Amino acid sequence: MATNMLKERYSGKINTVTLGATKEQGGTRTSTVTVGGDSTMPFLHFEGDMPLKPVIAMEIEDIKPDWHPFLKEVYADVMDNPVAWAKKCVEFGADLIYIKLNGAHPDNGNKSPEECAKVVKDVLAAVGVPLIVVGCGEEEKDNAVLPVVAEAAAGENLLIGLAKQDSYKSVAAAAMVHKHKVLAQSPLDINICKQLNILISELGLAPENVIIDPATAALGYGIEYTYSILERGRLGALQGDKMLSQPVICQIGHEAWRAKEANALEADFPNWGDQGERAILWEAMTAAGLLQGGAHIMVLRHPEAVRLVKKNAEQLMIKPEI
Amino acid sequence: MALTGLDIFKQLPKTNCKECGSPTCLAFAMAMANGKASLDMCPHASEAAKEFLGAATAPPVKTVKVGVGEQEVVMGDETVLFRHDKTFYHPTALAIQISDTLSGAELDAKIEKINGLVMDRVGQQVAIQMVAVTNCSKDAAKFKAAVEAVAAKAKFALLLAGDLAALEAAVPAVAAKKPLIHAATAENWEKVVALAKANNCPVVVKGNGLDDTAALVEKVAKEYKELVLDFGNTAQAKTLAEMVNARRLAIKKKFRPFGYPMLACTLATDAKEEVVEAATYVAKYASIICMKADEKHHLLPLMAWRMNVYTDPQKPMAVEGKVYEIGDVTPDCPVYVCTNFALTYFAVEGEVVGSKIPGYIVAVDTDGSSVLTGWASGKFVAEPIYEFVKNSGVMDKVNHNSIVIPGYVAIISGKLKEISSYNVIVGPQEAVGIPAFAKANYPQLMK
Ligand code: B12
Ligand code: SF4
Repeated sequence: MATNMLKERYSGKINTVTLGATKEQGGTRTSTVTVGGDSTMPFLHFEGDMPLKPVIAMEIEDIKPDWHPFLKEVYADVMDNPVAWAKKCVEFGADLIYIKLNGAHPDNGNKSPEECAKVVKDVLAAVGVPLIVVGCGEEEKDNAVLPVVAEAAAGENLLIGLAKQDSYKSVAAAAMVHKHKVLAQSPLDINICKQLNILISELGLAPENVIIDPATAALGYGIEYTYSILERGRLGALQGDKMLSQPVICQIGHEAWRAKEANALEADFPNWGDQGERAILWEAMTAAGLLQGGAHIMVLRHPEAVRLVKKNAEQLMIKPEI
Repeated sequence: MALTGLDIFKQLPKTNCKECGSPTCLAFAMAMANGKASLDMCPHASEAAKEFLGAATAPPVKTVKVGVGEQEVVMGDETVLFRHDKTFYHPTALAIQISDTLSGAELDAKIEKINGLVMDRVGQQVAIQMVAVTNCSKDAAKFKAAVEAVAAKAKFALLLAGDLAALEAAVPAVAAKKPLIHAATAENWEKVVALAKANNCPVVVKGNGLDDTAALVEKVAKEYKELVLDFGNTAQAKTLAEMVNARRLAIKKKFRPFGYPMLACTLATDAKEEVVEAATYVAKYASIICMKADEKHHLLPLMAWRMNVYTDPQKPMAVEGKVYEIGDVTPDCPVYVCTNFALTYFAVEGEVVGSKIPGYIVAVDTDGSSVLTGWASGKFVAEPIYEFVKNSGVMDKVNHNSIVIPGYVAIISGKLKEISSYNVIVGPQEAVGIPAFAKANYPQLMK
């Protein structure tokens, strides 16, 4: 080992959190995903442990979404069938499936909680990887849907959300009863992030059951705020702050694919080059940047972005001799 | 480590001659400790004092410049390890490679392509900064010829990478352009550094990892100090660890051998993989990334990442809150309402320009908040929007009563209508939707 080095000494570390449960563990998953456990800033293997590699969740919806044309092209045959869609994502290398129950929204068909639960059950039956389930974003409806989903998938150890500062109780309570993990989202504010973790733990859910999204912004559209919050949160955790020690999830695909750089046609913006490569890289670069901030789970959409980000994470996980 | 006023005082002549402008040597020492005076203001300082104080009060990372005139690239002079601690100052320069195996029309085409790597996004120009001519041919004469051709035509600063013979052939020919020389190694450093010094060019010191590079820099720095470090990239995580350690030692311990800008060459061969790899080096401290990718669609995402990492977190990026007239406006033109966050404004401005239908944009002063951030914090809701639009006088310039608000704040349209009696039109959510929206709603205004 080199002598010209400066290792920081940290007292804390990121919690280790497992998602999914196999038969022996009370679920039906054929594989589980464990993230966290880091006792260093990202990928600095020389000064602490980074035992587990960052993972990729691929996003699907329960109803056919109006996604970017390139994504529609990839998923054309499966977009109206969440089961087939999930399977396809697993083929593309998804470590987890992230399903958004958009169909529950009053404006999108207003599916009942039971119908939503059935979709989740069907996807669970179709794929062996763990699931992340999020509501439609309409608070009242989510409060009705998520507990029913949590009950129907009892024992599967889902990651379920979103829990937010002013609406976390029903989802956190349901997760507690049915043994799931909670996805807690705060709006780019380290104090709210911490506060939300405190509120959830006061309900009786241990901090080891929470994964945080400190709000994800896309490359070129505020990513630097997310990046700095990630770095500050990680430093706080390493200095022993238990209420910042949760692994991080970044919901990247949704943000990256609405960026202008992903949508502008080459014909209109000849000076930005090929739209296909540019759009895919917009998603992959957002992920690569946030990986340097300390993201543990990255939610992506395009299979080529998945490949690029996986490869980058693998390279970064190779422990070097220095 | 920072010196106290007393440490500095000990090194001064203690004659209180006042020529520095301070009443006493002690007062001068105190001013220096606070960064308000520099040693060159004392004409009587001894050589020993200059050496001691110069090293101790120098910035942790030396400023090194490559290129001249408009092509000049300034590197280094960074003071923090995390952007949230203050800011990063000098964005990573991208150096795109040209092999000296190219010649004639092929070489010209490549230079032209690289010269075109200049783009615009959100109201700013983004570009590469350097062209790296590499001595792949292993032939000194070929290298010299390629370097001269590139120097004559390229719009960017030069990085010249070759062995001693190649560098000795090429550097003097283009020294006036102040190229960065790559590289001084354990084997050749005496001659390469002498070449750099003679031609007044900065030079990369390339070692093998941290200790080896530190030892080499210690030798080189006795001769010459216009240096850039290269730890010799063999693995991404290794280079990350080396750059982090070097920068930490430079900033926290003022370890001089690492107090220079750093360069990393990418390893990946696939262009997309290469730019994703480069994201790591932009985040963690590279002043130059030397790479092969030369397509706009590959480099634009990397440049956006660089732009973001180097954004100053201390000052909100805002434009003046006021009415902007886009194109040859007439009283029939639409009135778009957005916030004065620079990113928001430029996104909207770009699309209004692109719609080819002139229009007014009212950038409501939200203290630089984006649409939803402003909405969430109460700065971009019905009352303040109404107040701002009314006071801006924009409605006196038009012959209609309509304003277009961003789709993301559709929820405020009812209230806004009620208090203002404007016809509030909810526009598309993303600014990219503006051209289609404008064409559909104002076809008569199309040029
Ligand atoms: C970066 C960011 C911040 C930054 C501020 C950046 C800034 N200068 O505004 C910081 C960290 C400071 C911040 C703070 C807060 N934030 Co914030 N923030 C974001 C984030 C990640 C990105 C916003 C952004 O920069 N977008 C890019 C710009 C260009 O987008 P835009 O302004 O909307 O413009 C686009 C469109 O609206 C359209 N458009 C714009 N104008 C017009 C006009 C017309 C006519 C048309 C047709 C179109 C159009 O064009 C643009 C491009 O398409 C978003 C989440 C997200 N991913 O979007 C949250 C978000 C906006 N923040 C949120 C919140 C709640 C807050 C806080 C209130 C949290 C807190 N601390 O209490 C504070 C408020 C701070 C304050 N008091 O001012 C929430 C908003 C809540 C909601 N919608 O339900 C969001 C959505 C996060 C979330 N999911 O909870 N935030
Ligand atoms: S010029 Fe130098 S010697 Fe004279 S008072 Fe100032 S510090 Fe002292």
